[in-house]
Amino acid sequence: MKLITAVVKPHRLDEIKEALQTFGVQGLTVTEASGYGRQRGHTEVYRGAEYTVDLVPKIRIEVLVEDDDAEQLIDVVVKAARTGKIGDGKVWSVPVETAVRVRTGERGPDAL
Amino acid sequence: MNGADTAFVLISAALVMLMTPGLAFFYGGMVRVKSALNMLMMSLISLAIVSVVWVLYGYSLTFGDDIGGGLLGNLDHIGFKGIGVDTLTGGTEGIPVFAFALFQMMFAILTPALMSGALADRVKFSAWALFITLWVSVVYFPVAHWVWSSDGWLHSLGVIDFAGGTAVHINAGVGALAAVLVVGKRIGFKKDPMRPHSLPLVVLGMALLWFGWFGFNAGSELAADGTAALMAFNTQIATAAAMVGWLAYERIRHGAFTTLGAASGAVAGLVAITPSGANVSPFGAILIGVVAGAVCSWAVSLKYKLGYDDSLDVVGVHLVGGVIGTLLVGLLATDGLGGLEQFGKQAVGAVSVMAYSFVVSWILAKIVDATIGFRASEDDETSGVDMAYHAESAYDYSAVGGSPAGRSSVAAPTETLATATNKKVDA
Repeated sequence: MKLITAVVKPHRLDEIKEALQTFGVQGLTVTEASGYGRQRGHTEVYRGAEYTVDLVPKIRIEVLVEDDDAEQLIDVVVKAARTGKIGDGKVWSVPVETAVRVRTGERGPDAL
Repeated sequence: MNGADTAFVLISAALVMLMTPGLAFFYGGMVRVKSALNMLMMSLISLAIVSVVWVLYGYSLTFGDDIGGGLLGNLDHIGFKGIGVDTLTGGTEGIPVFAFALFQMMFAILTPALMSGALADRVKFSAWALFITLWVSVVYFPVAHWVWSSDGWLHSLGVIDFAGGTAVHINAGVGALAAVLVVGKRIGFKKDPMRPHSLPLVVLGMALLWFGWFGFNAGSELAADGTAALMAFNTQIATAAAMVGWLAYERIRHGAFTTLGAASGAVAGLVAITPSGANVSPFGAILIGVVAGAVCSWAVSLKYKLGYDDSLDVVGVHLVGGVIGTLLVGLLATDGLGGLEQFGKQAVGAVSVMAYSFVVSWILAKIVDATIGFRASEDDETSGVDMAYHAESAYDYSAVGGSPAGRSSVAAPTETLATATNKKVDA
């Protein structure tokens, strides 16, 4: 199994959710997050005093998938999240040892 | 007694009262979350303390018969001695002294509250309460006497200050500067971002100020007449023009029309038209407004260059705006008043109030600092003066469990509730 994590712009959430549903993903976890990449946030002006806001709002989407689906799913997420502008985010995957469905105790791929 | 004038002044007094809580929101939105309540309380305590002090001796020191030289009123009216419901100002066609004194009381309340913005986030609440008690007594009452009492020396000199450019705004701006120099900078000044926590609150406060300011300015005529109408009209015009001026400066200088700029510009215009509005044409009011908006917008950046931490720009808005209005009316006054001679008189008024207020405010701040200590401890300032002095927090953002303070006991509220219930049953 793989854990796909995407840290992306908040307003892309709906597109990504739809793309994942179309792909057949059953569930996902969304967390509000903040951070910055190479663009280093944005500047705000208050009575002429300029503040660089490093940490900009992001969302973090996590999906557990079977190994075979991982590469294709990454592509789906990237496509849905992309605006082409700076700050679009990152997607990565890591191996997962096991997963358990809390309600039934099912393990591994059955728990997905 | 003139009933129409009396009604007008009573309503104006109520309008001016609203300015102090309005100011509280204006300032309250500009500070960080951790000191939002303290900012509101610094204004509210002025409503409480100054109202009482005004009755005890404030009115008498300000409007009592002069003790000599036009410097201060006497103590004949301590506790409103000798004043009854039938006591009128200025002969049988005047208004009740109680109406006039109520109106003037609101000015005495607002002026020290104006200074609080400069000291945001970092002073002990008890020290602030003591400071404004001393300050109204030793700075505001005398200066208001100079300007508004018929035997005050600036009044006799012919200085135009219709509704308080010198007595209120220059006075508060300079007092704030002196206090800031004694108290020192906020921890992290020029280093940490200190963004306003709620610009909508700032706009709400500005709106209340603008609304109340009609009473502040027009009410100062003390009569429901044409001058009051012109003053109200010019109040609107100058405020609008100043908002335009501030935003234009900001767009050119910083590339954006900011909400804080719009609210600040409006207040700068209100300040600048205060001394001058009854003596200029509506066109003059536009001029005063635009100049005040643009210059104050520039002036608020001075604190970074000169290194004094006037947190919410009391100096940049009230002192600079007050000086602009006080001086420009010398040049722009209608009815043959305007000219270099009047300009000179206005300068004397502005400079004398600045000199007196700065020196005495500085001494008072030093006294407070040397006795009970003016400044909050480093811990209290860092974690927020709301918790330190008010045992409250403005907002509860915690999604999990209790509150930021980790309150876990409900013993006290339960007890209170039980007592209340019992009382109800007994009754």
